Amino acid sequence: MCTVCGCGDAKLEGHQHHHHDHGYHHHPHHGDIHFGHGPAGVAVPGMSQERLIEIETDILAKNDRYALENRKRLASLGAFAVNLVSSPGSGKTTLLCKTIEHLAQTPLAVIEGDQQTANDADRIRATGAPAIQVNTGKGCHLDGHMVGHAMEHLDLAHGSFLFIENVGNLVCPAAFDLGEDCKIAILSVTEGEDKPLKYPDMFTAARLAILNKVDLAPYCDVDLDLYETNLRRVNPAIDILRVSARTGEGMAAWISWLNARRAEKILQRAAE
Amino acid sequence: MHEMSLCEGIRSVIEGATDRKVTRVRLEIGRFAGVEKNALEFAFDVVMRGSVAEGADLVFIDLPGHALCYDCVKEVEIMNRLDPCPTCGGGRLMPQGGDEMRIKDLEVI
Repeated sequence: MCTVCGCGDAKLEGHQHHHHDHGYHHHPHHGDIHFGHGPAGVAVPGMSQERLIEIETDILAKNDRYALENRKRLASLGAFAVNLVSSPGSGKTTLLCKTIEHLAQTPLAVIEGDQQTANDADRIRATGAPAIQVNTGKGCHLDGHMVGHAMEHLDLAHGSFLFIENVGNLVCPAAFDLGEDCKIAILSVTEGEDKPLKYPDMFTAARLAILNKVDLAPYCDVDLDLYETNLRRVNPAIDILRVSARTGEGMAAWISWLNARRAEKILQRAAE
Repeated sequence: MHEMSLCEGIRSVIEGATDRKVTRVRLEIGRFAGVEKNALEFAFDVVMRGSVAEGADLVFIDLPGHALCYDCVKEVEIMNRLDPCPTCGGGRLMPQGGDEMRIKDLEVI
């Protein structure tokens, strides 16, 4: 069990100052934002029975409200947001850096989630792309609230991509909606073919799985087809791409997948 | 998975709903919600301290797991996430519910 995740001491880096229009955080020093307690609980009207109070509220309702706000904001911008989820070390940040190189003509921004350090945001900024690091402290996942604040600091252009790199963790991020258009699970070939069976929820929640580091496959006796079979066993509808961010194999298909999804969203917005 | 933060969500909902002493909290938890009940019970005791629900009983109502079979195209009930389709034996099942995590009601005095 994660003992203190999703609360307490997340920080947002990258800014000397920040405006803040909520009013329930403490900003003691260094310009960091500390995610403490959110707004007070949910008022449930009409519940004055003698002994039993009907609640019928999702436990994650608060997160879902923040996620909905993020989703509305993204929709108004026609921006396409992906939530990149994986184990630590699957190659998310390298894949993102290479993706940014391939998308040179497209506006984009990156939110990096990790427990500590701004290393990943530094790596992204070295490519020239705007990035903001969210440190979750002891938290094991990003939540809708953190991402909403991070978005305030990113000047998202119309029709841009927003890449949200979640904390490396195949469990908790599955349950927390950030307002993204879809989750993308990244699985490196060194992790073992049964990963999707061991952590089904994450792969069920994902629209696309990227089988990364395929250049290493010959050295680690893995069966790439078995990876795909197991992914489809927990999510028969999932798209799967075989990629090596290092060699560039499969990158064209990945970029084309992304552009197609962004085009769909722009068309959908135009139709509404 | 994140039972401590789930309990903080529960506490915030309870505190928004009542000032009275809560003696029982009933949760509806889907079979595929990924919630570890023992961990949730432990976290519940800890997180509710100092609140109106301190010492309250926690009761789970289990909700079934449903899935759509991509082989026979039927909606079926399964007990475990990796079970084969009980109708055709197929192995490609997409969950269609069962991930609920809901506070159903509170008993107060």
